[in-house]
Amino acid sequence: MSAERLAIATGDIDRLTISGSGAWIADNAAQLDAILDGMQPDEARNLEIDMTGVDAFDTFGAWILERLIRGDGRPRQVALLRLPAQFHDLAEDVRRSHLEPPNPGRRIASPLALIAKIGVGVEAACAEAARLLAMAGALAMLFGAAVRRPRRFRWTSIVYQLDRVGVGSTPIIALITMVVGAIIAQQGYFYFRKFGADDYVIDLVALLTLRELGVLIVAIMVAGRSGSAYTAELGSMKMREEVDALRTMGRDPLEILVLPRMIALVVALPLLTLIGSAAALLGGGIVAAIYGVEPSLYVARLKDAVSIADFEVGMIKAPFMALVIGGVACVEGFRVRGSAQSLGAHTTSSVVKAIFLVIVLDGLFAMFFSSIGM
Amino acid sequence: MAETEAIRAIDVAELVVGFGDKPVLDRLSLEVQVGEILGLAGASGAGKSVLLRTMLGLISKRQGRISIFGVDQDEATSSETQTLERRWGVLYQEGALFSSLDVFENIEFPIREHLRLSPRLMREIATVKLEMVGLKPEDGHKHPSELSGGMTKRVALARALSLDPRLVFLDEPTTGLDPIAADEFGVLIRTLQRTLGLTVFMVTHDTHALATICDRVAALAEGKIVAIGSMSQVLESEHPWVRSYFCAGRSEVSRAPATP
Repeated sequence: MSAERLAIATGDIDRLTISGSGAWIADNAAQLDAILDGMQPDEARNLEIDMTGVDAFDTFGAWILERLIRGDGRPRQVALLRLPAQFHDLAEDVRRSHLEPPNPGRRIASPLALIAKIGVGVEAACAEAARLLAMAGALAMLFGAAVRRPRRFRWTSIVYQLDRVGVGSTPIIALITMVVGAIIAQQGYFYFRKFGADDYVIDLVALLTLRELGVLIVAIMVAGRSGSAYTAELGSMKMREEVDALRTMGRDPLEILVLPRMIALVVALPLLTLIGSAAALLGGGIVAAIYGVEPSLYVARLKDAVSIADFEVGMIKAPFMALVIGGVACVEGFRVRGSAQSLGAHTTSSVVKAIFLVIVLDGLFAMFFSSIGM
Repeated sequence: MAETEAIRAIDVAELVVGFGDKPVLDRLSLEVQVGEILGLAGASGAGKSVLLRTMLGLISKRQGRISIFGVDQDEATSSETQTLERRWGVLYQEGALFSSLDVFENIEFPIREHLRLSPRLMREIATVKLEMVGLKPEDGHKHPSELSGGMTKRVALARALSLDPRLVFLDEPTTGLDPIAADEFGVLIRTLQRTLGLTVFMVTHDTHALATICDRVAALAEGKIVAIGSMSQVLESEHPWVRSYFCAGRSEVSRAPATP
């Protein structure tokens, strides 16, 4: 549709006449807006709007007309002529809208904004720590109460979660840790061979996987696989008011939803660590065999290289990591607010925080164990 | 207007839709004229929403033909489908607002996708729409999770109407609104229908809405349209389900004011 057909202006600034024509509808709204803007109707002291030629009209057209009539607040005479009768109702409807633009939120100037951001960040971190502690406290109390009356444990739920978290992730964890064990062994042979120190590759693989990597890789996998699932489940239950429904039935969502998940995770993670470490040793053994080490020799060498203490160092860490992963996942899950975006954001933040905390925790344990000489 | 009166807004013929081996809709035929408000009544689980979703192309049909504004949905090219989607608006039962966008952005979304308007004009139009459905501009910055049930419905209507469509599908529009709001809603739909030549296809349980808003009423039972016509014509139907359904609501229907 050509520009001339929507609106034509005649007259001068003292007496401007705008004659509308054609279809004042959504499809032409952008064009119409631009045309009318070009006529500078707000400058005119007397404005006449002739709507005779307009043959189609919708809310878009009605609003553009209304805006033309309202102008920018300068006093002036406006006359609306010959608006076709069938468009009156709509024009009237649109006229009733007040359109006071809501004021935008207060903005802080840029140099201060950075400081404000740091402040907000610190506050959020403290609040986060407080929430984790509160969750830990509440869970400890629930656990204590449940230990005294074991019937309060939700066994079905615990077993179901254990199946999902433990049995369900066994294959992928065994596979990944085996590959990691194999890679360590291969890299070890590649470099140690230059010094003729082939024998120590087995020490490297065994110590590294049993003390550090086994539990760390398993924890990271579980944070990504089960922690994210916990957050998403609890978050969407929260969104759909299922959590509120539980609460109004007089049941504590922590007891019903969180406690079984935490127990399952605390039980499953050490078991998965055991499986993961064994798989890593197997992977190392396969590479060793490729490099010409007899399996019996590999096993004998393993016996010399590691003590039970190395195994314990790895295993002790597992339940604590489970607590961190589960705690973060559940806290984040309950923080989900209405939107799908919020669910995504909290699931991401659950995984990122859990992995970060798992690594920090591992570092703290390393310091602790070296100071007590384990 | 491009359509002549001879072209029907919706023309459904011999439609069969089913899940598993049991057909939900069994050789159903229905016509909606341009410019009318047709209300579809039916028991819960009778397939009202299935019919609506099939018309919208969200559920695939087994047999039959659906044409909207004379365009057969099976033979439509993708550009025809696009034009069509631009000319219909849908109010979903639960609102189906985009939860990560605020109210203004929800209403502006179809406008933004289909037209090139300045952000200012777009916001103004969104505000007009918001006020048309009885909300205040201050509500525009709320997110869907902060809205009450009735407000959600109104925002969803504003979004369905945001492009001034020719055809509007309303799925249970008055459910969850208080009676006064439901009446206002009916008046609003009437006004828009008069000014824009809007065609409305409405699925509802609300006999009051059927009596006051709709030009024609269709009753769905056993996978077919068992009665169709003005409210009084439908009330005379001999079909047992129609009789019991409207008998329950009859007192209300007779109390209702005459259609404006």
